[in-house]
Order: sequence, then structure tokens, then C-alpha cells
Amino acid sequence: MTTIKSLEDLKKLREQALQKREVKRTEGQAQVIVGMGTCGIAAGARETMKAVLDTIEQEGLSGIIVTQTGCIGLCEKEPIMQVVVGEGEKVVYGKVSPDVARQIMHDHVLNGKVVENHVIHV
Amino acid sequence: MRELALHLMDIAENSVAARAKTIHIDVEEDQAADRLWMCVRDDGCGMDAEMVRRVCDPFVTSRTTRKVGLGIPLLKAAAEACNGYLRIESEPGVGTQLEVLFQRSHIDRMPLGNIASTWFALLISHPEVHWVFRHKMDAAEFVFDDAPVKETLGDVPLTEPDILAYLRETLESGVSEVQKVAIV
Repeated sequence: MTTIKSLEDLKKLREQALQKREVKRTEGQAQVIVGMGTCGIAAGARETMKAVLDTIEQEGLSGIIVTQTGCIGLCEKEPIMQVVVGEGEKVVYGKVSPDVARQIMHDHVLNGKVVENHVIHV
Repeated sequence: MRELALHLMDIAENSVAARAKTIHIDVEEDQAADRLWMCVRDDGCGMDAEMVRRVCDPFVTSRTTRKVGLGIPLLKAAAEACNGYLRIESEPGVGTQLEVLFQRSHIDRMPLGNIASTWFALLISHPEVHWVFRHKMDAAEFVFDDAPVKETLGDVPLTEPDILAYLRETLESGVSEVQKVAIV
């Protein structure tokens, strides 16, 4: 695989991203939040985050906001991931392994279908 | 935690919680001197001497001191078990520097782990922070300063798929170049 490195390459990628964004802008914006407190990190949150980012990269998903939060007091349910799609309700997921994260990205973020068996009610 | 890279992530989250604008993360390995040294330096709110003492002790940390917990005591214990140390220098209103040293070849020394993955996750999840990452092994060095990247991107977020690929590949290839010089 060729490695892209220079800022010139990045400029081109920026232009491409802007064009793609114009096309996709009508879709509801999705927000994905991963718990990154000590408890989350120890439970594997970095790999969960990586799976989210890899899915975005591989599937070419534009306009998704990915961010993190600290410990929310549910350490035993970590890694925890929250998803909000468009104007929809916030859904909190627990025990989100990389595989589960990929499933949530496909089912919920892309197709609006909540992954019920990993939802935690807070 | 199974990797030093995960500890670094945890320490860096403390810097973010301290509302740092710029965070430097350095990882330096010196094979001849048998040292592995890591440092997280921020310009966040800082701590007074009493607070610095408290963050190193797991038993006096209360739940109300939200930005500290088990992370620092665990890393301190790991370093001291490997003929190393953990030191914190901090000044309220100026910032905090946390450095940690290990005897690199020590049998109990945790593996460094995936440092590129740690940096990638920090960079993406805290776009408001100016990150400067540095990994050095003997004479080989990789430095990633996100300022030119963010300046080039302007209002295009880091989470656009092509940009993610660019950042991931830059960090992964930079780190793996440096680690090529490792003898063991």
C-alpha cells in the first residue's frame, strides 16, 4: 500500500472531502461518543474507538462526529458507547467490543436500527 | 492495563480534563542505556503541591476529584517495579509535566504496545487540543505536530474517511519506521 504523507496530498483529500460532503449533507448527522475514562481504557475503549474509525474509513461514511467522554459511573459496563442519530434519542450501549462497535455502526448509525441486546438503560 | 501506550492515553486524558490547549507526548527509548522514558506535558490548569501528592496515592483519592483516580498510582507502581520512577511537576495556572522511566530490559516492564493507535484515538477524539507526538528510539525519531494538518484542513473535520486514512497511515508508518531500529 502506498503511504500518503505530504500536506499537498492532504490538500487534495480536503477538496475531495468537501465535494463528498456537499452530496451527503442532507442525511441526518450522527454522533458517536466512546467512554475514555481509566475504566473505559482498561476495558478496551481504544480498540472500540479504533473499530468505529476503521468502519468510517472503510465504508466511506461522511459527516459522523466521533468524540469521547470520561467515566460516567458505570465502570462495570465499559467499554461504553453512546449514539445519537439526527434528532433521535440518545442510546447508550455497554460492553462494546470492537465487533459490537462495528455492528452498531452498521445497524444503528447507518440504518437507524438500535442494537437492542447491548443497550443499557441509564 | 496491558500496555504502556494505554497508560499514556489515560494520563493524556487527565491533561485534557485539565483544559490543556497544547499536549506533548514523548516516548523515548535508548537501547544502549537500557532506558524507556515517557513524558506527557500540558499547559492545563495545573495542580498545587498537595494535589500532586494526592494524585500519586490511590487511597486518598476521593470520587469528587474527578480527573484523578487509579491511573497514576498504577503507572507509578509499574515504573518503580522496573527500577524506574514517576515524577510530576506542576504549577497552578501553568501546566503539568508527568514523566515516567523504566529499565527497558526489565522482565516486569510492560510492553509499549500500540502507540500509533493511542495517538490516533487521542487526536480524533479531542480535535480542540493541539497535539504534538514524538517517538524516539536511539537516533531514529518521528515527530507529529497536528498544527499544519489542521491548518490545511480548515473546516473539514478529522473524521472524514479520507482524512482518517491519511492520519492513521501517517502515524502508523512514522511509529513503525522508528521501531525498526529495535534490537529486541
